[in-house]
Amino acid sequence: MAKYLLLKHYRGAPAPVNDVPMDKWTPDEIEEHIQFMTDFAARLESTGEFIDGQAVSPDGVWVRSDGEGRPPVTDGPFAETKDLIAGWMVIDVDSYERALELAGELSAAPGAGGKPIHEWLELRPFLAAPPTVAE
Amino acid sequence: MDEVELRALVPRVLSVLVRRGADFATAEDAVQEALIRALSTWEGGRPSDPTAWLITVAWRAFLDMTRSDTARRAREVRFDTEPLADAVPSADDTLRLYFLCAHPDLTPSSAVALTLRAVGGLTTRQIAQAYLVPESSMAQRISRAKRTVARVGLDQPGDVSTVMRVLYLVFNEGYSGDVDLAAEAIRLTRQLTALVDLAEVDGLLALMLLHHGRRRSRRRPDGRIVPLAEQDRGQWDTEVIAEGVAILQAALARDQLGEYQAQAAIAALHADAQRFDETDWVQIVEWYDVLLRFADTPIVRLNRAVAVGEADGAPAGLAALAEVADHVLRRDAVAAYLHEKNGELELAARLYADAARNAPNLAERDHQTRQAARVNQLLRHER
Repeated sequence: MAKYLLLKHYRGAPAPVNDVPMDKWTPDEIEEHIQFMTDFAARLESTGEFIDGQAVSPDGVWVRSDGEGRPPVTDGPFAETKDLIAGWMVIDVDSYERALELAGELSAAPGAGGKPIHEWLELRPFLAAPPTVAE
Repeated sequence: MDEVELRALVPRVLSVLVRRGADFATAEDAVQEALIRALSTWEGGRPSDPTAWLITVAWRAFLDMTRSDTARRAREVRFDTEPLADAVPSADDTLRLYFLCAHPDLTPSSAVALTLRAVGGLTTRQIAQAYLVPESSMAQRISRAKRTVARVGLDQPGDVSTVMRVLYLVFNEGYSGDVDLAAEAIRLTRQLTALVDLAEVDGLLALMLLHHGRRRSRRRPDGRIVPLAEQDRGQWDTEVIAEGVAILQAALARDQLGEYQAQAAIAALHADAQRFDETDWVQIVEWYDVLLRFADTPIVRLNRAVAVGEADGAPAGLAALAEVADHVLRRDAVAAYLHEKNGELELAARLYADAARNAPNLAERDHQTRQAARVNQLLRHER
């Protein structure tokens, strides 16, 4: 088994095929999309491949230490940030091919006009613990 | 005896151990162990005196823990196995236990966790599941909290307002898991009303009951938010609401007004209306003005703006909203609602989309996205 991170971006990914912002969809199209996402996660839970799924707010700041005894420095948020993560799903699957297959299905969630969005998702393998048998 | 009845015995059992000279932290662990043992062995039938059973088992567990502990430290400390004759806890002990678990030195999340375990009798695993954190983290949070209050003991007076804040947090920020945290908060608040004679504590219980009675209508089974105007009032639990109203009326009659009573009064006015358009918004605005005297917060002002918009029309609501600072959470959502009511659909659609972007949780984000889509659809039909 190997764990993979499926990353969804607010910004930074290439434009999806069906590129209409969600608030311009019809209410029914939104319903269909949310149902798809719920069903997708539920199906992965039933196959034992679902680990975690979270969404994060677009508002964030950069933080760094400013030395001992001083409060940390914050900067941003930057409206021009090129890459902005929207959320993720962590899956635990048997093969890279399976991870690709699932990411493909998720990317085809229905959007405007009830047609698949075909959005770009980023697929990143976890760096796992070293195996017991090393030679 | 079900699990909730069993957990109701926990404060008394813990108090007995502490009165016998056990330190709070170890005693609390011992009670937890007795509780877990009771849950697994009482299935065939409960003992004739459950409290005595729990005390005996917890005391033994305490002695075992202390002995292995002392052995490790190579110290010789002896405890009498027989209980002290004068170790009779009083109702005050349970109240002091509440104070201890809500001690001002604790952070809110620690106070919540400690209260749910030491007063509520929930297991660490149940609390961890309810707040979506790993069990090991919750265990650490609880043991650190116990270390923080270790020196306080059960003999110091406390402040009931800190206890009420903790219980309100449990009620308001309960997530999921196999424990119904809202129901648990109500149980613990009800227990508190029996220990202290204060109108505000009754007001807090009324507030919880009045919201709890409406909760089935607030969400669809799939978690979707249903706005107040669209809620199916037939789903409201009229018995729970009636109890909340009765408790509130008795509290208000005592003329010791406070923020929980004011909030409960607002909830009661919503519960009074058979239909949304029968809501007495004028009185609700008056209660918001009362609430502002006790808690002048941006959230109260924001909610007041909604009520003003219903009572006196959208322009008045927007004027009230102008007093609320820009960055306040959910301000976009209220602005969108009031501008839509005012007939400014394009602005409303934009604001709903902003509200979705700034929503603090997924259910609200989805709700605001739907609102934006709905208004955009109206606009397309108009053209």
